[in-house]
Order: sequence, then C-alpha cells, then structure tokens
Amino acid sequence: MHPKRKQRLTLVAFLFAGVALAVGLALFALNENINLFYPPDQIARGEAPVDQRIRAGGMVLEGSVQRDPGSLAVRFTLSDMAGHDVPVVYEGILPDLFGEGQGIVATGRLRANGTFEASEVLAKHDENYMPPELAELAGRKAPEGQRAGMATLDAGG
Amino acid sequence: MKVPAPLVRLWHRLGSPRWFFETTAPWLPWLLGLGVVLLGAGAFWGLALAPADYLQGNSFRIIYVHVPAAILAQSCYMLMGTCGVVLLVWRMKLADMVLEAAAPIGASFTALALITGAVWGKPTWGTWWAWDARVTSMLILLFLYLGIIGLRQALARPEAAGRACAILAIVGLVNIPIIKYSVDWWLTLHQPSTFKLTEKPAMPPSMWIPLLLSVLGFYALFVWSVLQSTRVVVLERERRTAWVQNFVTEQGSKP
Repeated sequence: MHPKRKQRLTLVAFLFAGVALAVGLALFALNENINLFYPPDQIARGEAPVDQRIRAGGMVLEGSVQRDPGSLAVRFTLSDMAGHDVPVVYEGILPDLFGEGQGIVATGRLRANGTFEASEVLAKHDENYMPPELAELAGRKAPEGQRAGMATLDAGG
Repeated sequence: MKVPAPLVRLWHRLGSPRWFFETTAPWLPWLLGLGVVLLGAGAFWGLALAPADYLQGNSFRIIYVHVPAAILAQSCYMLMGTCGVVLLVWRMKLADMVLEAAAPIGASFTALALITGAVWGKPTWGTWWAWDARVTSMLILLFLYLGIIGLRQALARPEAAGRACAILAIVGLVNIPIIKYSVDWWLTLHQPSTFKLTEKPAMPPSMWIPLLLSVLGFYALFVWSVLQSTRVVVLERERRTAWVQNFVTEQGSKP
C-alpha cells in the first residue's frame, strides 16, 4: 500500500476507535438510565425510587390476576420467575396481549408499602412466533381476548 | 498479504465512473425483475399463506415489511460507512457518488422500519412509541441519514462536502452495533432477535421462509435503486466529459 494511503487509513482507524471509545464510555456511564424499566429484583432490593414516576417490567405471575367485577380495576403480581414479586394495582384498559405468564412493562409509582400503582400497562412481546396449533402442543395459551379476536379475523377472512 | 490479481483489477476499474456506468447498465432489469419476483412471492406467502401467530393473530404479518426494512436500513449504512473509508483513504470518486446516492434510500428504509414498528407496537405493546434503547437507536440512525443528506447540501465545495459526509458516515458506524445489541445490553420493550446465528430461529419455517424471500427481495431492490441513483449522480458529476455528452446525445436521438 502507498505510504500516504497507509497514513490516511491509520488516521481513519484512530478516528473510529476514538469515537467508539467515547460512545462506549458514555453508554457505560448511562447504563442504568438506558434501561427502560426496573426488573422485580431491583424493586425488591429497594433500588427503585419510591413515589416517583418509574417503569417496572416483568412477567405477570400465573393465577395472580384479580379483576374487580364492577370496574376496570385489576391487581396482579409482577414477577421475575426467580422469587422476586411486586404487587401491582391498575385501573384502566389493558393491552390485548396482557395475560398471565406474559411479559409487561408498567408505568407508575412505587408506594412505600411496596405496592406499584400503575397508570399505564404495556405488553412486552417475546421473540417467539408460532401458529396456534403449534402453540397448543407446546402448552402455550393465548389470552382469552386475543383468541376471540383471532376467531373473528379468521371468520372474516 | 497478497491480494489476488482479478480483485486488484476490479479495484482499479472502480476508479472509473464511466466503467461503472457502462458495466451496471445490463444488470438493472435483472435486479428489478429478481426483486419484484422475490418480494411478490414473500409478500403473498407471508400475508396469505403463512399461519397467524398464536398470540398476536394477524398483526404479526407486518414483520414481512418491518424486519427487511430494518435490516436494509443498517446494511445501507454499513455500505455508506465503507464508502466513507474508501473515499478518505483512496480518494475514489465513485465511493463519494455511492455515498450521495445511497443516503436518501437508507433514510427511507429507516423511516419505513420506524413507521411499521409503530403500527405494530400499537396493537401489540399498547403504544405507538417507547423510548427504549432499540427504538431510540433506530431514530438516531434516521437522524444520521438526514444529517449526511443535509451536510452535503450545506457545503458549497463538492470535495469538502464529500469528505465531511464520509467522516460523518464513519463516525455513525458506531451506532450499528448499538442497534443490533441494544436488546441484549439493556432492558427494552422491543423483544430480542428471533434469528440468531448460533440457534434455531424462534419461528417455524412456514413463517420464516417467506420472511427470507422478502429480505432477499428487499436486497435486490435496494441494489437496483442504489445503482440507478448512483448512475444519475455519475451523469450529473461527469457532465462535462465527452463520454457523458455522447451518451446524452445518443439517448436524445433515439425515437
């Protein structure tokens, strides 16, 4: 390679390495802040701020969803399936994909008694896709609302 | 390290925009045809034949546009970063032309990935937008594309504009691994990759084969549009050369 070009290539390599290092350090320093939500174990350890607007994420524990028959109020347990649980109360419309055993991200405030008061609940989808028949074989169930929705779509199409 | 002779020859030929213009002309109809066939097959298979997802129902089908658009948005940026290095180190004119031609195409793919993601996010997550690491780093990619397009317009001297764009393109390359690994490094609302190099896809073949066709179709159409666009830039920038003037006169005299 021509020495002039070699010199320019080295310069470009240094430019890129410098920028990568700067961005890498910045991201490392901001690590906690880039996380979209607090997982249940951090909340259980008291690392999440109390009475501030934060997000909490995890799985909805099987058998924990209790709906109030007279209103939209619902309470459930947010879990990391490793023994850390956070009770959540919420009043409002839940996304279609909400269900027991599904991942969710809730926005709200953690109260001093350890209960999370959610003002918004989002469903977190995982990376698995499968047709309904396969899902049944694998023992996965779609939440009732979603199954009903799919039936009407199938009947219509 | 010894570079094989045919590669060296190709490298030297790439220094000539005229060679590029004349060589790529016969490729265009084939690339367009291949792209339309692959994308058509992928879209029909994905939208009509592939089974619905057990959880998302039919709304998962947006994956057949969203995933190829997101892949191409990043591939196009890597192409531009490579062109930036070639321009700065070897001062190859063609690299700058590709860098100029590819930017709006990459920006369109990024915008398409963001829009289809939002449309999918509403029924799946329950929101159009989340400021999580994946979505935000994709938005930064869009801004990088827009920045490169704007920077070229802002600088009057084409040579200075080309080098400035090349530096910005190289600097922005840092964002590509951040997009790719954002879902593994941080807690995000966006799910991790369904496809990994070392594992079986978390999706049955009846769903991923149409996706593969769709991705290949997007690639063919991407190459086609970058070539088309670069050819226009070649004609514009080489307009004072005899071969371009001859070419234009020939085109003009055709019935």
